Amino acid sequence: MRVYLDYNAGAPLRAEVHAAVGRAMSLCGNPSSGHREGARVRRCIEEARAQVAALIGARPPDVVFTSGATEGNNLALDGLLSPGDLLVTTAVEHASVLAPAAAFEAMGGRVVRLPVSSDGSLDWRHAAVACEERPRLVSIALANGEIGAVYDVAKMAALARAGGAHVHTDAAQAAGRLVIDVAALGVDLLSLSGHKIGAPSGCGALWMRPGVPVRAAIRGGPQERDRRAGTENFLGIVGFGAAAELAAQELASTAARMRRLRDLLWMLLRDALPDVERNGPTGLALLPNTLNVTMPGIAGESLLVLLDLGGVAASLGSACAAGSPEPSHVLLAMGASRDRARAGLRLSLGPETTEDEIRRAAVVITEAVRQIRREAAA
Amino acid sequence: MTAERVVVAMSGGVDSAVAAARCVAAGYDVVGVSLRLAPHGTGSCCSLDDFHDAAAVADRLGIAHYVFDFRDLFDASVVQPFVAEYLAGRTPNPCARCNQTVKFDHLWRRARELGAQHLATGHYARIGRHPGSGTPMLRSAVDPTKDQTYFLFMLGSRELERTLFPVGDSTKREVRAEAARLDLPVADKPDSMEVCFVPRGDAAAFVEREAPPASRRPGPIVDGAGAVLGRHEGVHRFTVGQRRGLQLGGGPARYVRRIDAAAGTIVVATSSDLACKGLIAEDVRWNGFGAPSPEQRLAVRIRHRHAAIPCSVTAVDRGRARIAFEEPGPLVTPGQAAVVYDGDYVLGGGWIAGELT
Repeated sequence: MRVYLDYNAGAPLRAEVHAAVGRAMSLCGNPSSGHREGARVRRCIEEARAQVAALIGARPPDVVFTSGATEGNNLALDGLLSPGDLLVTTAVEHASVLAPAAAFEAMGGRVVRLPVSSDGSLDWRHAAVACEERPRLVSIALANGEIGAVYDVAKMAALARAGGAHVHTDAAQAAGRLVIDVAALGVDLLSLSGHKIGAPSGCGALWMRPGVPVRAAIRGGPQERDRRAGTENFLGIVGFGAAAELAAQELASTAARMRRLRDLLWMLLRDALPDVERNGPTGLALLPNTLNVTMPGIAGESLLVLLDLGGVAASLGSACAAGSPEPSHVLLAMGASRDRARAGLRLSLGPETTEDEIRRAAVVITEAVRQIRREAAA
Repeated sequence: MTAERVVVAMSGGVDSAVAAARCVAAGYDVVGVSLRLAPHGTGSCCSLDDFHDAAAVADRLGIAHYVFDFRDLFDASVVQPFVAEYLAGRTPNPCARCNQTVKFDHLWRRARELGAQHLATGHYARIGRHPGSGTPMLRSAVDPTKDQTYFLFMLGSRELERTLFPVGDSTKREVRAEAARLDLPVADKPDSMEVCFVPRGDAAAFVEREAPPASRRPGPIVDGAGAVLGRHEGVHRFTVGQRRGLQLGGGPARYVRRIDAAAGTIVVATSSDLACKGLIAEDVRWNGFGAPSPEQRLAVRIRHRHAAIPCSVTAVDRGRARIAFEEPGPLVTPGQAAVVYDGDYVLGGGWIAGELT
């Protein structure tokens, strides 16, 4: 049996989600149509909207379904910023924030990318100074998917709002792992991803505080209250709703369990491989499910392949289309060398991860490291 | 007993696809690996399409497939020396350099890390056995039109012991037919012919893009007596033996006889003036059997696809050898490999330093 430890790249479909999507597959009709079939589909979508809203303490009408967090992040940035504006973000955001930020910069916008320290934590002095420059938008992830760092978005939002800025947070990696409450965070925009919490990929959401003037990026229909045109991804949305409801119900128990198993994994690795190093913060500023480690002197690519051949799915930083990752921009921002930034092994757990899996994974990782070191010594 | 593991270098082309298929058929535990060498889109290889093709073949064969990022290594050990060689008035052979440093050294080390006992590639070459000692020796492919031993001369018995060339005893036609029979999605993919990282095969333009302008000096084109016949835009644009692109107006056909990079001079000659007695090779490796004796009748190949030239070999000091042609032969191109054959077998070789005078 394989051990799946790459939940931060995408979680397996939950059985409850599978069942909900299966039921929905027997329905037909365009939800914008006036007939009963369409209305039935419409009701399912609105039910899912309520389920997703409940996960983040929001009102359902403020949730806009998208194709995922990447679209949500693009929509938040592109929809709010105009040439000449200032965007404040961090050096460790997901590419779906950094790439629109770079495009905005190329079009004449100003961008401040806040640096992080060697454990991935934010420099608040820098943040405060940047927020005094009257940014139009501040975008900061609630949690980082590579190293699991959790950022104090509420504190950032307070700083930003004092300067008159709107605040966006990418909560794709936080959902199902942290309690999320849009009111407590004090943000205006919040992105979510379905497939990180066990929904099918291809569905996500952007929550928008009413009155925040986000320009639609996809036009050509009145769907999502004119904020995102196109016939809804009905099955994806139903799955997302079911997954969100499950995540909300389970959160307290699964977060504690994932934290215990993650800490067990770290302990097992440290006992077997005394020189293993941990990347990122520890304690409460860390997602309960994420462990990012470096084995000194070992090429991450070899390690990852040996894990895969040994039955453990993990990753180096974030997933990449070419199958061969660039050095992690997150580890680079934390001051790592290019080689070290290629070697950070990310192990991310999910609600269905078991202790037996963790123990087996620790054995496979240990064996892989020893195998590589044997060859290096030969 | 578990099967021995083989790492197959998969370029996304048909040869390495069939090589992988034959490893699977032979019962090995096969792991496919593609190397990211050049940045995407700069040349004919390492495009995302190539990786997708390799992955599709692996999928068809039911084997694992991974992409390793060797761009930094490739740049340092192949691309930058390629540029430096051109600027030094030589004509580099990046495929041989890549085999030497990237594929059969660095990739082999990776393969060992992955627990592999063998590295397989889709090269057209065979591994024979020395009749006396039985140690492995590089041997020409069955298909003489595809033989790639010229680019593999540096593989000694130690490397060959762990290497597999599964398509070396087939013709290209047979390889394509087998790919089609196995329904491999690359069966009809065209062969790549050019240096993989150089767009449109335009080495001069590539060097000009990579090298600082200060390193590209124009200079005179002169004849053997030193008379100036024309001007040129930089020695990197020329290769010994080249005829086209000299732009000397009318008169007899002239060829590049010699490149003097230090002086920035291209020396040309007419065809009556081109005979060459042989070459000096440097950085020579004799693959496990020491240098041949000068009495042996051998043959040397001085360019890929050129016929081997009968010769005798005399080892000199510091890894150098004098290779004398039996009869006056074609011009030799510094920077290219000189590969010594005894019939089908490769005894070793080195890099052409200059002409034998």
